[in-house]
Amino acid sequence: MSKKPTEVKDDEVETTGHVWDGIEEYNNPLPRWWLWTLYATIIWAIGYTIAYPAWPMINGATPGVLGWSSRGDVAAEIVAVDEANAEIESRLAAADLTAISDDTELNTYAINAGAAIFQTWCAQCHGSGAAGAKGYPNLLDDDWLWGGDIQSIHYTISHGVRNEDDEDARFSEMPAFGDDFLEPEQIDQVVHYVLKLSGQESDAVKAGAGAEVFAENCISCHAEDGKGDRDQGAPNLTDAIWLYGGDEETIRETVTLARYGVMPEWATRLSESDINAVATYIHQLGGGE
Amino acid sequence: MACNTAVLPARIGANSVNNTEEKAPQLYAAREPIFPRDVKGKFRTFKWALLIVSLGIYYLSPWIRWDRGPNLPDQAILIDLAGRRFYFFMIEIWPHEFYFIAGLLIMAGLGLFLFTSALGRVWCGYTCPQTIWTDLFILTERWIEGDRNARVRLWKSKWDLKKWRLRLFKWFVWLLIGVGTGGAWVFYFADAPTLAVDLVTLNAPAVAYITIAVATVTTVLFGGFAREQICIYMCPWPRIQAAMMDEETLTVGYREWRGEPRGKPRKNDTEEKGDCIDCMACVNVCPTGIDIREGQQLECITCALCIDACDEIMERIGKPRGLIDYLALSDEPAEREGVPPRAIWQHALRPRTIMYTVLWAVVGLGLVVALFIRPDIDMTVSPIRNPTFVTLSDGTIRNTYDVRLRNKHGDDRAFDISVGADSGLTLLLEGQEVNSVVVPANETLLQRVYVTAPKGSAPATSDRTEFRLWVEDEIGDERVNTDTVFNGREK
Repeated sequence: MSKKPTEVKDDEVETTGHVWDGIEEYNNPLPRWWLWTLYATIIWAIGYTIAYPAWPMINGATPGVLGWSSRGDVAAEIVAVDEANAEIESRLAAADLTAISDDTELNTYAINAGAAIFQTWCAQCHGSGAAGAKGYPNLLDDDWLWGGDIQSIHYTISHGVRNEDDEDARFSEMPAFGDDFLEPEQIDQVVHYVLKLSGQESDAVKAGAGAEVFAENCISCHAEDGKGDRDQGAPNLTDAIWLYGGDEETIRETVTLARYGVMPEWATRLSESDINAVATYIHQLGGGE
Repeated sequence: MACNTAVLPARIGANSVNNTEEKAPQLYAAREPIFPRDVKGKFRTFKWALLIVSLGIYYLSPWIRWDRGPNLPDQAILIDLAGRRFYFFMIEIWPHEFYFIAGLLIMAGLGLFLFTSALGRVWCGYTCPQTIWTDLFILTERWIEGDRNARVRLWKSKWDLKKWRLRLFKWFVWLLIGVGTGGAWVFYFADAPTLAVDLVTLNAPAVAYITIAVATVTTVLFGGFAREQICIYMCPWPRIQAAMMDEETLTVGYREWRGEPRGKPRKNDTEEKGDCIDCMACVNVCPTGIDIREGQQLECITCALCIDACDEIMERIGKPRGLIDYLALSDEPAEREGVPPRAIWQHALRPRTIMYTVLWAVVGLGLVVALFIRPDIDMTVSPIRNPTFVTLSDGTIRNTYDVRLRNKHGDDRAFDISVGADSGLTLLLEGQEVNSVVVPANETLLQRVYVTAPKGSAPATSDRTEFRLWVEDEIGDERVNTDTVFNGREK
């Protein structure tokens, strides 16, 4: 600063009266524009609390004379989106499942809608990437318990698996062979036979004996060659995919105690177009038949 | 230092009303109206030509047609915001090639440095849109209201019918220029002939009308009313330019040693006077209203009109031209001794300007090379990480990739996707029978790609295996590749 500071006379402006380490503070009036802005905001605030929900009461806030609410806003937006999608939704609901992929527009809509539905309702068990978990099937691979064509997928989603609320649900039950059916030694033998079936290391003697046990107890569901039966949701025991695990201990546990995985029916919760959408989405994840 | 507020300068407005000693400084200075006089000369002629050329480029270039085939727009210069494309004659820029725009901006910056260090604010004086449009607005003002003296008289006169008539007519013409300016602007963003018809038939999108309105208002405000205020108060460039200039920079200046002492020649002059007869011609023609004889100053946009004005006077009184001229500071001592100034090229060719030129050329060359080597097909690959791999029933390991394919051609093209033959991997496209997919003209397409490794193979059993995805355009025979990673089940 090249200019010399102007000396200010003491009587020009009052000070606040406080002194901090010799520093005083002017008590200048507020600028008029600033003051008017303050008054204007106060008036605005009063008007706002009358027009919009504002004052907290015991059972919620005052509603405001305009009757606006954020929930109402969301509801209106949902209605608007539903209206915009109504035409394609009805097309999707009426569509022949196998023909959806031929209609590019419908297919794109179904896949995107299906992905959203999947994240909402299915990801809890099957994972956000549809890779499943122990006991929850991986939907990306080419192994299907109840069938991997789009109609079978659609049926499974609609009615569920081992779902006692829906008599059309997929149903089968593996007995717990540890309950008086088989001796622990026989279980050990059949476990080794299953290991052999799936190409894993196994005890040849035990597996030889296990073949007999298998033929007597297991082929009604898992078939003679161990490749399972989709009508009964019986898994293929010869492939590399295991729902609960393919090591010796896990197989022993499965044979001894059995498994009883359930899936709810979705026909009661999702619309027909939603189920078509999510079936389309799952069918194109890489494993669809 | 003890900080006592009592010795600090009084704040604005803190003066009491009875304090007559000191007036509070005003933050606002009213604009002094400027009435630039018409001038003729070589610089003025050159600037008129430049005005016609640059305005011609601005107004006409959206109407140039350029055939790109049936699926692409036929407008030579088009900024397609909705389609995210920029077309410039044979060049088409996609959003991922925005570095071309960045490169052009760097070149513009370096070019500005080069010209400023060599020729001062030549951008401001000759090519800045503010200068061009202000010239245009002053020209119409002169046509309607007359030259300087008539305009000063009109400004001082009362608001009678004649003044109203002239002012309203002038403002109306300004408004037309503004609408034309804004109207031309929007043609760069849509097909010009179609938009022109839509604008007239009121079928154009609202944003077109809003853009025209905004551009009209700013054009009239800046060119008609604010004029030099934009340069003096709003533009950052006058502040930056000082760093670019040195004593070798050629800039508009006054030969003080020749002109002083100035004064009107009288019969009974006793002492010798300089060449400057103090006729104020240089001040009267100045669009920013300054006196160049006071030396280089922030307001001077080096429009060179004062050179023309002064030369005209010097010719008339029989003195050599160039009292006001393009000068370099370094020449002044020599000129005082009577040595002629050095040639322009000697001023222009300096290590500094050579360096700017080299940098400018390097960036430009880089852009040109990039333009020619960029492929017409392109892809980006994003491996899907949820899950990283899937085991199939026969024990093979599968990875999934989202491959985005770009077809910059004007027709649909079939793209073959493949993996390197020696990678041991096999490839499958979702929803396709063959490993080929048709990408529509001038579009991108998202294709999911499955890559599998046989059970027990190296990629299937190691955590990460790098491999290369290839895309080949069947017609154009063009191949591009992207390296990505295959995730296996680590033993």
